[in-house]
Amino acid sequence: MDNTSLGLWGVPLAMLAGAIRVSTPFIFVSVGECLTERSGRINLGLEGTLVMGAMSAYGVALVSGSPWLGVLVAAGVGLLLGALHAGICQLPRVNDIATGIGLMLFGTGLAFFLGKPYIQPKAPNLDAIDLGWWSSIPQVRQALQVNYLFIVGIILAFALAWALKNTRWGLIVRLAGESVDAALAMGASVGRTRLIATSIGGAFAGVGGAFLSLYYPGSWNERISSGQGLMAVALVIFARWDPMRCFYAALLFGGAGALGPALQSVGITSGYHLFNAAPYILTLAIMIATSSAKHSARDMPGELSMAK
Amino acid sequence: MTASLERIAVPALALLASAVVFGLLLAIYAHVDPLEAFALMYQGAFGSWFSWQNTLTRAAPLILTALCTALPARMGLMIIGNEGALVVGGVAAAAAGIAVTNAPPLIVQLAMAVAAMIAGGAWIALAGGLRQWRGVNETISSLLLTYIAIALMNHFVEGPLRDPSSLNKPSTWPIGDANMIGTIPGTDVHWGLVYGVVACGVIWLFQRFTTWGFAMQVIGGNPKTARMMGLDVGRYVLLACGAGGAFAGLAGMVEVAAVHGKANASLAVGYGYSGILVSFLARHHPLAIVPVAILLGGIGASGGLLQRRLDLPDAAVVVLQGIIFVAILASETLYGRFKFFRVKEG
Repeated sequence: MDNTSLGLWGVPLAMLAGAIRVSTPFIFVSVGECLTERSGRINLGLEGTLVMGAMSAYGVALVSGSPWLGVLVAAGVGLLLGALHAGICQLPRVNDIATGIGLMLFGTGLAFFLGKPYIQPKAPNLDAIDLGWWSSIPQVRQALQVNYLFIVGIILAFALAWALKNTRWGLIVRLAGESVDAALAMGASVGRTRLIATSIGGAFAGVGGAFLSLYYPGSWNERISSGQGLMAVALVIFARWDPMRCFYAALLFGGAGALGPALQSVGITSGYHLFNAAPYILTLAIMIATSSAKHSARDMPGELSMAK
Repeated sequence: MTASLERIAVPALALLASAVVFGLLLAIYAHVDPLEAFALMYQGAFGSWFSWQNTLTRAAPLILTALCTALPARMGLMIIGNEGALVVGGVAAAAAGIAVTNAPPLIVQLAMAVAAMIAGGAWIALAGGLRQWRGVNETISSLLLTYIAIALMNHFVEGPLRDPSSLNKPSTWPIGDANMIGTIPGTDVHWGLVYGVVACGVIWLFQRFTTWGFAMQVIGGNPKTARMMGLDVGRYVLLACGAGGAFAGLAGMVEVAAVHGKANASLAVGYGYSGILVSFLARHHPLAIVPVAILLGGIGASGGLLQRRLDLPDAAVVVLQGIIFVAILASETLYGRFKFFRVKEG
């Protein structure tokens, strides 16, 4: 059965399915980048972290037979890459944007280098929760196959939003991002705060990569990522540096990405690729609308290198 | 004089450190003798006339895309949308080439170059203009524009400009063999290399010897001072971004008119992102861009030999490039730290 038998209803259904499936890596990468940027640092290298996460998760799952161990290792690898980025950027006069691009190249290169032996064999995948058991329509059942990581992602977004607002640690992260002087006045170590925030952000991105190789599309190859790591930066701006809005924005980006193929399946093929550009045009429009010649984008942490 | 010695010593130290890290990776993970690997890399990059041609061909697009970051960087702007400018340039070149395909080849080539440079220039000038008049961060807007450019390319390549006979890899109609820009006589290296080297030379002369070039340097040093001097900052921002984008667009035209013969997804293979790093490694200096691009082109060219002789994955050279970039960027912090290089006063 294909979508055409459901008529036009297939389009929103496919978008829902896409939003849930495609958005999970976006949720992890963008919530992680959100934390990093709130601490006043930008990490453009998450693309490399994501691919390294995908490779290490797949390799570990293949060797150990346990996909969840793979997810854990991916988080660890992401943590290390995040710490590397933070450590380098902490040196005086080092540009964090260029370093991020350098680490993006390093991470993807290293993943393809070390991951060469894992391209052929098939690793065990993560399993999903069947939330569509009540329906007899296969599309609905398929759309409601929800992976555990999606739920973990939602919880992390909520937890981060709460922690930033209500905990002492959250306050220090926000201070490090808004004003180094204020953070120093409170006796907080800006460097250590950013190191922790960037490392955790990297760990999130690693898990996002694990989802790619262990669930959807569920294999390891050199085209595993279609730029989700770099897109996260756009997503965080789109969400104006709020973890919960990052989650909604990730759903929206996922759904928008699914719109093209869904329309194609009901026979609308022209302009299909222009829909893919929609999230970026929207992000750019939001930046234009919320900035002015006098100040940078609203809600942008003041210490970000791109806010100056 | 000691300061200029430092400028060579610090990057050399970073390169040495990168080689050690990469060598350890090869020795420990791949069980390959690092010295043998480095010897092979030298052979694959610069060891023969054949290797040199491969290296120079790879360097050509990097020189042109690096200018897209280097020119605005002189004025304190950080553009990373090189890939997008290259892609729109390539599509515009293909469209122009198809439109006037029956004209004399020289006219077609000129039309392609002009179309590519206008498209790429407008693309980056948009990011510069948004920064100047709306306060939109140019780094992020140029990155977003890259994604929009790739979507536009896919739209044109699979839609209005598609050659129906390109089944497996959707492409535009070919521009025709007669209209290709060809290779430098006596070599297999295409003319894109000459475009790049000439562009770097002209820009250096411009920055060094013209009032406009000096004005840009003043703006990069301190925009407030520049405004108080009565300089029209906005105009120079548009000029620098537009020119930078135009060169990246020209890189796209070269890819179409010298390599592929048509526009397709092969345009977006990362020359733009590598160009950013070439510009940073050259510290945005137009004359330094050429040797840096040749060095990186050489590392890329040596991948094939490493794969054939030592059975290393072709990504090995990408790892080395990544390590070099990170090491050199991190080495920025070393300037002024060594007492040895400090100029003695009094």
